[in-house]
Amino acid sequence: MRITCPLCGERDRREFYYKGHALELNRPTPDAGEEAWDAYVYTRENPAGETRDLWYHEGGCGAWVVVTRNTVTHEVLATELARGVRR
Amino acid sequence: MDKLIAKSPCAGLLPLTIGDVTLTEEEAGAMTVLTPRKGKAEAAAEALAKAHGPAWPEPGRATGPAGARAIWFGHDEVLLMGPDPDKSLGQHAYLVDQSDAWAAVRLEGEGTEDVLARLVPIDLRPEVFKRGHSARTQLFHMSVSITRLPDGAFLILAFRSMAASLVHDLKRAMEAVAARG
Repeated sequence: MRITCPLCGERDRREFYYKGHALELNRPTPDAGEEAWDAYVYTRENPAGETRDLWYHEGGCGAWVVVTRNTVTHEVLATELARGVRR
Repeated sequence: MDKLIAKSPCAGLLPLTIGDVTLTEEEAGAMTVLTPRKGKAEAAAEALAKAHGPAWPEPGRATGPAGARAIWFGHDEVLLMGPDPDKSLGQHAYLVDQSDAWAAVRLEGEGTEDVLARLVPIDLRPEVFKRGHSARTQLFHMSVSITRLPDGAFLILAFRSMAASLVHDLKRAMEAVAARG
């Protein structure tokens, strides 16, 4: 699997550290309530198909990258810097 | 107190010539990592050019001559290699002195790309990785910065604590390439 870092270009998957689903970027407000916080901390989809997750380019430029990929075909559909993602 | 004598990161390990490839230690000078303050990217670039000469490098690039190099060093990071940073830079960027943190070596000669191809997972052939290009990537298991210098040689920076591993891995690859004749 190869991932295109927005800064470095296409790199081997081994240069990246996998974090988890990109919904971690959508942190609820402190007063959002127990349900929202429970979902944010514990609930994750496990899709067979398209998903968005966070990867850290640890063996490269050190950027956090949001990767849209297909868990069935291992196709990487899009990548962008986490900093540029609208919260 | 005894007089302390500074040793370079690769003291006692280099220089090394195997086959047509030579590995030497590079005189790095001061090494300072610059990160622009929020919204100050342009001002930081202007201050760098004014004080030391090199243009602020784009991702994957290095600018400036030996003695005042600016190397793209990662997300929002540029390494100034050579001079002590001018005070004016501090107004627009965060400066971190990393002079003692990196081992700097220079790989040159016929077949340097073949040596690095055994260790580095990116394409470093001269038609792809040209003079002035730079990359953060891995060499064997180490995080490194690799730059193609204006004279065509490679400048490789690795963590100082891994200097011996860096030389060891490069030496093994140089021997393997030389053995092929």
